[in-house]
Amino acid sequence: MQAEEKLTYETWPAAPERATLEAKNKFLGFWLFLGGETVLFSSLFATYLALKDKVPDTSQPLAKDLFELPLTLVATMLLLTSSLTSVYAMYHMKNFAFKKMMLWLGVTVLLGLGFLGLEVYEFNMYVHEGHKFTSSAFGSAFYSLVGFHGAHVTFGLGWILALMIRNYKRGLNLYNAPKFYVASLYWHFIDVVWVFIFTVVYLMGMVG
Amino acid sequence: MSTIAQKKGFGAVLWDYLTTVDHKKIAHLYLIAGGLFFIMGGIEAVLIRIQLAVPNNDFVSAGAFNEIITMHGTTMIFLAAMPLLFAFMNAVMPLQIGARDVAFPFVNALGFWLFFFGGLFLNLSWFLGGAPDAGWTSYASLSLHSKGHGIDFYVLGLQIAGLGTLIGGINFLVTIINMRAPGMTYMRMPLFTWTTFVASAMILFAFPPLTVGLTLMMFDRLFGANFFDVTMGGNTIIWEHLFWVFGHPEVYILILPAFGIFSEIFSTFSRKRLFGYSSMVFATVLIGFLGFMVWAHHMFTTGLGPVANAIFAVATMAIGVPTGIKIFNWLFTMWGGSVKFTTPMYYAFAFIPSFVMGGVTGVMVATAAADYQYHDTYFVVAHFHYVIVGGVVLALLAGTHYWWPKMFGTMLNETLGKITFWLFFIGFHLTFFIQHFLGLWGMPRRVFTFLPGQGLDAGNLISSVGAAFMSAGVMILLINIVVTQVKNVKVGNDPWGDGRTLEWAIASPPPYYNFKQLPLVRGLDAYWLEKMEGKKGMTPAEPIGDIHMPNSSFIPFMITLGLFIAAFGAMYHVNDKPWAIPLLIFGLAVTFGSMLVRSFKDDHGYHIHKEELTQDEKGAKA
Amino acid sequence: MTNQPLSSNRSRVDLEYRRKTNAEEMRYQIVSFTLMIFLTLLAFAAVAIKGFTSWFTIPFIVLLAAVQVVFQLYYFMHMSHKGHEAPSMFLFTGLFMGLIIVLAFMTIIWW
Repeated sequence: MQAEEKLTYETWPAAPERATLEAKNKFLGFWLFLGGETVLFSSLFATYLALKDKVPDTSQPLAKDLFELPLTLVATMLLLTSSLTSVYAMYHMKNFAFKKMMLWLGVTVLLGLGFLGLEVYEFNMYVHEGHKFTSSAFGSAFYSLVGFHGAHVTFGLGWILALMIRNYKRGLNLYNAPKFYVASLYWHFIDVVWVFIFTVVYLMGMVG
Repeated sequence: MSTIAQKKGFGAVLWDYLTTVDHKKIAHLYLIAGGLFFIMGGIEAVLIRIQLAVPNNDFVSAGAFNEIITMHGTTMIFLAAMPLLFAFMNAVMPLQIGARDVAFPFVNALGFWLFFFGGLFLNLSWFLGGAPDAGWTSYASLSLHSKGHGIDFYVLGLQIAGLGTLIGGINFLVTIINMRAPGMTYMRMPLFTWTTFVASAMILFAFPPLTVGLTLMMFDRLFGANFFDVTMGGNTIIWEHLFWVFGHPEVYILILPAFGIFSEIFSTFSRKRLFGYSSMVFATVLIGFLGFMVWAHHMFTTGLGPVANAIFAVATMAIGVPTGIKIFNWLFTMWGGSVKFTTPMYYAFAFIPSFVMGGVTGVMVATAAADYQYHDTYFVVAHFHYVIVGGVVLALLAGTHYWWPKMFGTMLNETLGKITFWLFFIGFHLTFFIQHFLGLWGMPRRVFTFLPGQGLDAGNLISSVGAAFMSAGVMILLINIVVTQVKNVKVGNDPWGDGRTLEWAIASPPPYYNFKQLPLVRGLDAYWLEKMEGKKGMTPAEPIGDIHMPNSSFIPFMITLGLFIAAFGAMYHVNDKPWAIPLLIFGLAVTFGSMLVRSFKDDHGYHIHKEELTQDEKGAKA
Repeated sequence: MTNQPLSSNRSRVDLEYRRKTNAEEMRYQIVSFTLMIFLTLLAFAAVAIKGFTSWFTIPFIVLLAAVQVVFQLYYFMHMSHKGHEAPSMFLFTGLFMGLIIVLAFMTIIWW
């Protein structure tokens, strides 16, 4: 199999993420999985929209009482920037610049960690304000939707880190290039979902 | 089983099957596991019919009856019909498109084990405090108040099994898109491959809502969430929607491959090209698309309002059009053909009137206003058994007879096969035809007994007698299988003599690498085309070369085992057992640990060298 | 076979060309990133500035989100490149099914 072969800058193909049959399958299979994920998140969004502000009594906080613009804005910027840095990583992957790719992936992971930290801080704050997973249908729906996204971020971070550690010493080849590419697709998809979360949950929540 | 397998000891064979990534062996696993669950679901059905045979019966208690009907439905849909279809998809689809393997052999194995452990988990509920008892639809208003762990078994078991189905579907999709043999264009694909493709696409979009629904139910029952709890602001209708957004496409996921199986059988045994091939493809895709727009017809009586009811009623009736196209195409395929009445053809022939009856009652229940009368009566029970048994189960039995030689290299006995058919066919109509009338006479579904003197006695007795006929039919089939495998008379490539598609161009059972040289496909019914031009086999599209094969792996089993363990942890967490959360974490650690091992240990597979391939051939000739 | 890497004696010109197109694409990426940031700020501003009616704000920010996602999909995820026919078909089918679910949940859950 050519996949493990040592390649040079000269022999590196133009689309390394789809250069072998295995890579092509991986590429397509992952895109199809994202199609399924779209329906998964749509279902969660639908549930959230149906249960938004549905609380048992007036002592419970509603969306407009909870969310704060600055916090969401910072989190959004972190995640959007991490999407750009992972684009950079793939740019260097296509140019067979392994070290630069690893560097940008590292930056992506750090930004992702920052986002995750903010989310934990935010959830903690809401719980103290009485907005809990178990306190209302609104709470359950909110933490499920945003938490599902958070779990995707966590899994994405673990995935990228695992790939970085595994391939730290051996550099790029046609066996691991598609893996890096697919992981970056996943990371972008997380960002796509977040665009809708900040719009539908946070911004629309504040509008009322 | 191949002769090589028989020479090995039992332990070696078992290990082989536990670690296999070969789609043909995974097909065997699906067939065996799905068959076992089919028998369990069948036994549950017989228990239901015994209980309802006479009025005021106390054969089982009301509570046990609820458990039995729930498990009958759940088992038959998720653990019998789906896996048995997956068995044929695995066994036949890669061969039909001329591929050496599926796109993701590892994922394929993982999908099987997820289904199997999910099913095992679900059925363990019988021994661990009671099975789920809220019906296979498990409506939230019932299931939230169900005592014990029955519903938890349902939620977690189906979650695990559903994941398996989802990744299995992705595997089939990628295989069909990327791995077709040279010349195998989309419009040359056999109908069974097409229906596999559309059904897999539907799996991809239908299973995520189920995943979400089951997750919400799990959160509500086990982790204190309030999605369906009205007093906390929740809404019980959400479950109904999520369930049917999945549940309605699910019945098309079942029936489309069944249509595919019958399309193959009709054209093979009419010895004629399938009539209206392109309209068949079009109808398949259209049914797949419309299947997503109709889910709320299960909820007409919930009170969605006249506008929603009207939209969903019209969309539902629209599905009758492509289905009608298919029925006529099958009829015209036989018209003027030289029809050979083999066992599979018996089933195909019987399928048309049976399924049409289910379709007609389908249009009846789709009429929203009239549905208020039919809803939750035996009329509905009769309707969906006419489409599921008259469509899917007849297809599964037909497919078993049709592809048995390809999967195992032996031919099932035709006489016994026809006896099975007559017993099953008569039993099926005896059981379910009268149920239409029982429903119209006012017998509600899911009742554990009824009173004498209400005009329901005779009808129920007839229905129960029918169940006995069906059971006898299945038993004859099992005897047939045992007799056939003991005799072990091997057959050639094309045992029916009329094979049209690529799977009949290679040995039965096929070698583990399927095609020594990828075939060149020159049209629809590729193998038939070559035969008609007097050739013995397919023209190869490539010279003999090394073949790349994937390595066997035990990791799929381990990943699944972890989830299976974690499910127990999640479930007993509500009982405040101190070991529950650690068990949950341990199980997830096993799963994710196994996934890490998979990522960190490169597995490039191995090559079968050209020399070995040519030696094989010489050995076979000598 | 498809798993054959391109021949090693490819000319320098080719490599240069590829390097250039990659760099050019990267420039597009930065432009789209800038636009995305701009759209995000616009959405936040629309909400922060009180005074717009929600009949304006909500459609406006949903539209901005949709535009931003198109950037993500077509530029960051390279869906504008060749060979993405099947991916886009499945992604948009999924999106279509998802939107139907959202529509249903916003109309026929509560009555």
